[in-house]
Amino acid sequence: MRFSFFHLMPYGAVDLDAIDHTAWITFSNSNFDPKEGHKLYNRYLDELEYADELGFDGVCVNEHHQTAYGIMPQPSVLAGALSRRTEKAKICVLGRALPLTENPLSIAEEYAMIDNVTGGRLIAGFVRGIGCEYHSYMVNPSSSLAKFHEAHELVMQAWTQPGPTAFEGKYYRFQYVNMWPRPYQEPHPEIWIPSQGSAETKDWASHPDRKYTLLMTFSPIKNVIRNMKAYAEKCDEYGYKCQPNQLGWALPLYVAETDEKAIKEARPHIENFFNKFLLAPTEYRMPPGYSSINSYKMIQANKMKFREQYLSIEMLMENGMFICGSPSTVAEKLEEYQEEMGYGNLVTMGQFATLDHEHTKKSMQMFAEEVMPKLRHIGVPNVAAAE
Amino acid sequence: MADHKAEIININGCATEVHRGGSGAPLLFLHGAGGISAWAPYLDALAERYDVIAPSHPGFGGTDDPEWLDNISDMAYFYLDFMEELGLENVHLVGNSLGGWIASEVAVRSIDRIKTLTLVSAAGVNVVGVAMGDLFMWSDEEAARKMFFNQEIAEQRIAAAAEMTEEEKDVRLKNYFTTGKLSWNPRFHNPDLIKWLHRIKVPTMLIWGENDNIFPPVYGEAYKEAIPGSELRVIPECGHLPHQEKLDDFLAGIDAITSKN
Repeated sequence: MRFSFFHLMPYGAVDLDAIDHTAWITFSNSNFDPKEGHKLYNRYLDELEYADELGFDGVCVNEHHQTAYGIMPQPSVLAGALSRRTEKAKICVLGRALPLTENPLSIAEEYAMIDNVTGGRLIAGFVRGIGCEYHSYMVNPSSSLAKFHEAHELVMQAWTQPGPTAFEGKYYRFQYVNMWPRPYQEPHPEIWIPSQGSAETKDWASHPDRKYTLLMTFSPIKNVIRNMKAYAEKCDEYGYKCQPNQLGWALPLYVAETDEKAIKEARPHIENFFNKFLLAPTEYRMPPGYSSINSYKMIQANKMKFREQYLSIEMLMENGMFICGSPSTVAEKLEEYQEEMGYGNLVTMGQFATLDHEHTKKSMQMFAEEVMPKLRHIGVPNVAAAE
Repeated sequence: MADHKAEIININGCATEVHRGGSGAPLLFLHGAGGISAWAPYLDALAERYDVIAPSHPGFGGTDDPEWLDNISDMAYFYLDFMEELGLENVHLVGNSLGGWIASEVAVRSIDRIKTLTLVSAAGVNVVGVAMGDLFMWSDEEAARKMFFNQEIAEQRIAAAAEMTEEEKDVRLKNYFTTGKLSWNPRFHNPDLIKWLHRIKVPTMLIWGENDNIFPPVYGEAYKEAIPGSELRVIPECGHLPHQEKLDDFLAGIDAITSKN
């Protein structure tokens, strides 16, 4: 098993009462105090660097815009900072939203630079960006999927074909694709696809030409299980065996001395995360054309209803959206789920919403020292099958 | 009720749903973002005086959602094909909201088949400093309340929406999605359109609700300034849908421009 430590970098200093119907798009940035911002960025970078010291295999950042939920609109800035301050951990950007940029080559360049600086420690994440970003960036959601695929093709061409080459797409056109620098890793950095698990994404990511890691993010456990199984079945259909490395699970996780203590310490913060920082009306999350009509209706029916109620820590744990407890409880759960799903990457978000520095560090340390060693041997590549 | 029918007409491979009824001079009605669900009272009232042709746009209602549809320009050329295919001439072209935008884009390209133009609370232009209402951020209930000055009508619409069948919900989403595709950015306008509106050299009527929460009446004034000789009528106590909220004023506006011409 490979372990990565993920940070959302929430604006934890927020006045929670100020978030009445949304923490996204229109939640006024008069609620952001740069003095607090300065402290938080540096504290969060310390936490990511600490993860490297503790022996996590990866440190992860990601991209969101105009929200207190996460203040990393340009994650490569922080990935750059981490490049020089971490030694062993992979730097995972999960991910950059390809359709949100006018020129996806700028993302290919950022990634290639990080890969060169770190001597090949980059894991490159590609996403479409969630619905809210399409309001914030005014990018037409109806072409989001088509742009994602075209931009991905462009990035891969820039990374793998000796330049200059021409690129002629519907959305992007270049006479001379000839990127300096080329990525350090050959043929290109490892690619992860963070997803909520649409069928199209699984079919695409698991294709033998790609074999990209499907990273299931912040979903109820039954969705995670269903999607990982479906991904593995798709690999079978393609005629190869899915490797543990191709499956990842990202979720908030908290460890303390006992189950009771863990729940007590995590409760207000994880409840703030799901009930405050994730708060946004349906129209904000689901701009027209972002998904198919059928998915739109399904999401409206299921997820929105689920999120309309107050989510308590008990409900979140029951739904497998949050793992919390003593080291042995947490290790047992992860092992049990691993057996069922076969994932080889676990991405833990060890800081959430308003959780303070001391508790974040304590939980990280206990996880690294008392949980990780118990799980190292599982979810490793099956060498015989890979051959 | 006037005799009317709904049929599917093939326009260059795009199966197009067309409601048609009444007799008289041809009047082509281009609907707004909400689409045309059925033979509505305003179509029926128009059909007493005109041969009313009310298609569902590509990507809306029972019409195909064709591969080629990317933007409002595609929509404008489609309607030039449409008029040609149906052999329509001397057309009274009427468009509401999104349909008004399409109508102006058609007219700047060619007025050969157009006798008069009526824009009702039309999208298409932008007035710097006067925000449009952002219907992509409104829930269905909020949108209904903002569409009408008379809140009783809004409440009726909200109640009716709760009774929608699955098929009706699908059509509503289809309309919403295509509206997004055409109008996301630039939001509900084409920055180049205003440069060429002077090419509309047919009698033009502009009908606006005084209380339009989406395109306030200054949007009508912008059109008036740009289209030579056009007349602007602002209807008091009326929201974004004058043909639904103030039918008599709507009809009076149409009659005023068509009877003189």
